[in-house]
Amino acid sequence: MLLALLALALIAVVLATPMIVRETARRRARRRAVKAAARDGLDLPLYDPGRERRAEQRARELLRSCVNAEEWAMYRDLGFIRVGGKHTRRDADRSSVGPAYAYLIYAHKPIVAYVPGSGQLLSEYCVEFPDLTGSGGRHRLPASDDVLAKWMALTSDEDRVIGRANMHLVGRQLDPARIRRDLWRLAEWERRRKRRRQVSHSE
Amino acid sequence: MKPGHGEILLAEGDLDVREEEERLIEEFRRQLDEGMWAAVPTTHPGSGRREAQLVKAYGDIPAGADRVIFFPRASGG
Repeated sequence: MLLALLALALIAVVLATPMIVRETARRRARRRAVKAAARDGLDLPLYDPGRERRAEQRARELLRSCVNAEEWAMYRDLGFIRVGGKHTRRDADRSSVGPAYAYLIYAHKPIVAYVPGSGQLLSEYCVEFPDLTGSGGRHRLPASDDVLAKWMALTSDEDRVIGRANMHLVGRQLDPARIRRDLWRLAEWERRRKRRRQVSHSE
Repeated sequence: MKPGHGEILLAEGDLDVREEEERLIEEFRRQLDEGMWAAVPTTHPGSGRREAQLVKAYGDIPAGADRVIFFPRASGG
């Protein structure tokens, strides 16, 4: 038994040796580079772990200052914003209370079009706001800025942003079951808000 | 809105001061030349709902707008 354990330990050491040697060499090289840079007085690019968090914090404040109070609460509580579509297809749609169709705006995910009355999912619109500064498109907008950009594009010129997006059937990038669950969450959220408003009015 | 950074203040100034307005116009044009879209958050006069208005020229900025937000133009993802 002891012999078998020793044999296993020996095999493990032999197998791990190349990885240990490689990692040690990499660490040595990194340490040498840091020392050389410090000696030559070079500025090493420092990673700032808080930069993205601060950018997102600013983005949330900007989003809050731009959208409706209800939309902000929706984003804060549910993680997406609903925007009504501006077109109507039939005369019957014009007389109805709400829009004939609406969009769900998610951060860094496609915009989803659906029918509010029936909950029918229509399509996904894949749209992004690429880095135009020539840094190779490595960076993307903070999540709340991405939502705000979609909100501004949809509420100002729906046709333009939808025309530029890649349209697919729902399910290509987003899970239809998840969207249906989000629509259910939205309905529950609206019901709770309505009830809260009624209670506060009656008091 | 700048990818990787978020919100950045590009320029600010008083429209009643000519030099400051010229600086704002210059920055506005520079952003559009770089391919950015410009939008002003507004309130719809009828419904009272908040919405955005895309502006393609400095003269299109609604009177009383306190800021113009530039963001990368949309493309198919």
